[in-house]
Amino acid sequence: MKICVLVKEVPDAAVDKRIDPETKRLDRSGEKNLNPFDTHALEAAMQVKEGGSDVEEIVAVTMGPDSAVRALHKAVALGADRSVHLTDAALENSDVCATGYALAKVLESEGPDLVLLGQQSDDGECYTIGAVVADHLKMPSLTQVIKMDVAGDKLTCERQAEYGYDTVEVELPAVISVGDAINEPRYPSLKAIMGAKKKPLDTKAIGDVGIEAGQVGTEGSQTTVLELKAPPAKEAGEIIEDEDTNETVEKIVAWLDERKLI
Amino acid sequence: MGHAPSEFPPPVNPAEEFVTGITDPEEERIEVGVAIVGGGPGGLACAVRLGQLLEGEPELAERLGEVPVAVIEKGKTSGAHLLSGANMRPSAMQELFPDLDPSDWPVYQEVEKDAVYLLTKKAALPLKPMPPNFRNHGNYVTSVAKLGRFLQEKAEELGAYVLSETAADKLLVEDRIVRGIRSGDKGRGKEGQELGNFEPGSDVVAKATVLAEGTLGHLTGAALDYFDLHGSEPQRWELGVKEVWEISEPLDRVIHTMGWPLRKGARWNEFGGSFIYPMGEDKLCIGLVVGLDYTDATFSCHDALQELKTHPFIKKLLDGGKRVAWGAKTIPSGGYWSMPKRLSVPGMVMAGDCVSMVNVPELKGIHYAMHAGIYAAESIVESLKQDSVNFESYERRVRKSLIEEDLYRSRNMRQPFSKGFFVGGAIASAMTVTKGAFPGGHWSSEDDAEHEMVLGEASESYPKPDNEYIFDKLNSVFLSGNATRDDAPNHIRIQERVPREVAQTWVSMCPAQVYEIPEDQLESGADMVDVHVTASNCVQCGAITAKGGRLTLPEGGDGPLYQEV
Amino acid sequence: MAGILVYTLHDDEGNFNKNSLGALSEAAKLAGELGTEASAVVVGEVADDAAAGLGKYGVTKVYRAKSAPEGLAQPIVDVMAKVMTDNDISYALFGGGLLGFEIGAGLTARLNAGVTMEVTAVNVRDGKLVAERPILQDSQIADVGYVSEPGIIIGRLNAFDENETGGTAEVEDVEVELSEWSTKAKMVTRGEQRGADVNIEDADILVGGGRGLGQKENFELAEQLADAMGGAVAATRAVVDAGWYPYAAQIGQTGKTVAPKLYLAAGISGAIQHKVGMQNSENILAINKDQNAPIFEFCDFGVVGDLHKIMPKLTEAIKAKKGG
Repeated sequence: MKICVLVKEVPDAAVDKRIDPETKRLDRSGEKNLNPFDTHALEAAMQVKEGGSDVEEIVAVTMGPDSAVRALHKAVALGADRSVHLTDAALENSDVCATGYALAKVLESEGPDLVLLGQQSDDGECYTIGAVVADHLKMPSLTQVIKMDVAGDKLTCERQAEYGYDTVEVELPAVISVGDAINEPRYPSLKAIMGAKKKPLDTKAIGDVGIEAGQVGTEGSQTTVLELKAPPAKEAGEIIEDEDTNETVEKIVAWLDERKLI
Repeated sequence: MGHAPSEFPPPVNPAEEFVTGITDPEEERIEVGVAIVGGGPGGLACAVRLGQLLEGEPELAERLGEVPVAVIEKGKTSGAHLLSGANMRPSAMQELFPDLDPSDWPVYQEVEKDAVYLLTKKAALPLKPMPPNFRNHGNYVTSVAKLGRFLQEKAEELGAYVLSETAADKLLVEDRIVRGIRSGDKGRGKEGQELGNFEPGSDVVAKATVLAEGTLGHLTGAALDYFDLHGSEPQRWELGVKEVWEISEPLDRVIHTMGWPLRKGARWNEFGGSFIYPMGEDKLCIGLVVGLDYTDATFSCHDALQELKTHPFIKKLLDGGKRVAWGAKTIPSGGYWSMPKRLSVPGMVMAGDCVSMVNVPELKGIHYAMHAGIYAAESIVESLKQDSVNFESYERRVRKSLIEEDLYRSRNMRQPFSKGFFVGGAIASAMTVTKGAFPGGHWSSEDDAEHEMVLGEASESYPKPDNEYIFDKLNSVFLSGNATRDDAPNHIRIQERVPREVAQTWVSMCPAQVYEIPEDQLESGADMVDVHVTASNCVQCGAITAKGGRLTLPEGGDGPLYQEV
Repeated sequence: MAGILVYTLHDDEGNFNKNSLGALSEAAKLAGELGTEASAVVVGEVADDAAAGLGKYGVTKVYRAKSAPEGLAQPIVDVMAKVMTDNDISYALFGGGLLGFEIGAGLTARLNAGVTMEVTAVNVRDGKLVAERPILQDSQIADVGYVSEPGIIIGRLNAFDENETGGTAEVEDVEVELSEWSTKAKMVTRGEQRGADVNIEDADILVGGGRGLGQKENFELAEQLADAMGGAVAATRAVVDAGWYPYAAQIGQTGKTVAPKLYLAAGISGAIQHKVGMQNSENILAINKDQNAPIFEFCDFGVVGDLHKIMPKLTEAIKAKKGG
């Protein structure tokens, strides 16, 4: 089995994220890191491998600027055998639709049996890339999976949906996005960190994987951010002193009632 | 009567706990050529210089193996734990990168104007003539957090491995020869137990080890004990708290202030001052530095900086601005006499702040650390070529250099003007302006932790935070990018039941709200109180080590993520 | 192209999902503004009158694909893609929830359509829909427009309110051949209840306990109040740290992020580390004895007082109200 794990470089959780008012895109000049949800996907891949399935290789795949190489180094330090970096100026400003298409193309060139990814990125929080990629690849898919068992060419997955927990059987090849409850990612060992730079890293441009330039980037995107605005200012809250507790409680209940919270 | 924190020493014996032999079996060890502890200006300058030298020494490079140079950095990246003013003297950058123009350096601007003021509660009196030690003309304003990232990139280009998120927890010593370091474990729970994702540390065995740990070096402290290298005077520290502000009007000069809100007079020993530097057109930084030999247990450098910002002179500078970064760090201020007896032992050299290479009156240290790193690289290459681990030539290089010259020249500032960063040569001017009223008092030369602490009134004038202009500590810690795992073991060693004065000292001193006295004990007025430690707030400034505790290293990657302080 | 199509989810008993119904009403309203019509898609064995009854929410037509199973996204992508293509529909709207995200994403790929998710409001501008999407922890709102049609809009949970305005919808059965890969995922069990471990991220009402509770035992006050209100209990780092409550309930920077309808902060000071985990709650009610606590700066209703006095009485009052 060949597992591809989609990973993304995102602003570190500690960075106060801002939108560049000119480009209306996220200002990515601050510290960056491997998307934390993707570490769960990598761990899930490692657990499939260590759980006795015949995994011939785990490949970390990303799309992003030059700096994304660091995210790939992290991914291989966490266990991936090699990595693929799709990078091309034409990809800049791709929306979900264009990104999903581009990632599907690069995955197609790898021919994986299982594609894993984190359910959301820390910056975009779109929750959708997995399902977009799956449709392009014509593979079954599930998102927000919190438990995954492999038996032969079948996965048994669990996740929380609208009405409770669903258990779903999925035939491979498949695309699965995982939630952070699925596992506790390991720390990379120092040896693995040092070895990361020596593992193969393929850099690919769009032409290498048959991506049509018109389908990606600004040109290929089907959405456009028209305007950014501040959320409506919240009204200042009402503050009361508790002088007579019975009266206070009455006021609280009235407030809750008014907002249909009881 | 007060109590000195030193009466309650931390439960730790660094030489025993943090010095060990090699324990990993041979196949599990990580073999590197040179192990550099600390991705700061000193360690990374050393890595860069080693890379440059090894390009001309293929034979030695070959012998150093697959990883000729490894930099072990506990922060998420080099720079994550770096904080300084910073006005940098350009000599080391010029030496290290002769082909780079200053416009390619990670600096904001060259300093063209500077000014020093003595503050009273309402006024700002310019000190003229400008005290020579405050002259910064020709220096460059930089963010050392950015400088660290820049130098890491350069070092990596030259083949160094920068192992970030890795704590150098123990020094490996065999037959009194330093053999490398052992990295810290990861994935331990609150009680030290191994969690599901536990990853043990590794022995990183090196032919040469460079300690460039910065202020309050964890392994440096252990090494000084183990090899009996302490200098003739104890090390002393100052604590600096700094904020970066986005502003609408560019600041046209470098500013230093003395006086208010620090109290004059011997009783409280509050010596220090503030710095305000432009960072390009749209930002400035403002920081307050105070010697940790103060004696009011309620004094808080964090809150004194907030108080400083209420001064009309300062308020004007920040008007309409927004705080975008915050951090805190100690500065070794012992100077020349606090340097260790020797700067090398077989297998190891020490460079930069961790061995007191700070020119206190001139507020300079970055370029000394870098020069020392460069010397360390040169000596290591020279010795390793001869197959020797004797790096005494490093000491000779330092002693012949501007580091020795500058530090020696200012060595006696410690006697009459022993009061640290901001006072030094400026005192004469201050005395002129105030006709002798400032600074007054008497001078002591004790260890910071040996000062008796009393419950004074410093905290009474601290402004109430609005978290827009005046901030509380938790808000500040948040801005530092600190998101340390809550269930990690406590890395701060203190006695957890101490007299109120000592506990209050820690509570107030810590800029990150790590220490707390339980509310009921606070109210009851008990003489002995418990100290509750929230270690995950810690930004590793190191003040606790100066003032009666011991900071050890948490899991690699923990602590702040400074980006531009 | 014209029209808005809404996926209408139902459970195994045939009850329609509240968020889906909200989306129907929203689509009907928008369709009115656009001068077009809104329609719904249902899959599985939905009874005629149930399907037609969706007209109540303002849709004029309901497409029913009896042969497609409910509960998994990809067969529904097949259905919606066909309906949208055959009828030249301009927008697909989803009311939020997991399936909406998955179906919307699938349609994005299938129809090469732009998609916006976590949408809190939709407006008509120049004859087109513009989706409002809060970004960066809701600190900003992006107005997202569509370069081409069709466009996919996935709402945030509870973003759209149901509104009964219409009558009966016409029901049209559609036959859709499912894609080969759409049949490769099979539901084994659906909607299993695992009540014991309440997921605080999903609770509509949270009672958050902080240090002001005074001691571990007083978490009972929070639990009783949460019980009375039908909510769950959350906690600050400080009290989790002190061992008063389990880590799973921790809200904030190093815990969970929640956005319930009501966050009742009991004895919580409201430090930034906690605030980032709950600031997007719809309503914040704070009880704290310290009037200077930061929580009072961003709560909607604040009570300065002793929570040990207030909470038990509040619990009783709520019980009485609910009972009555």
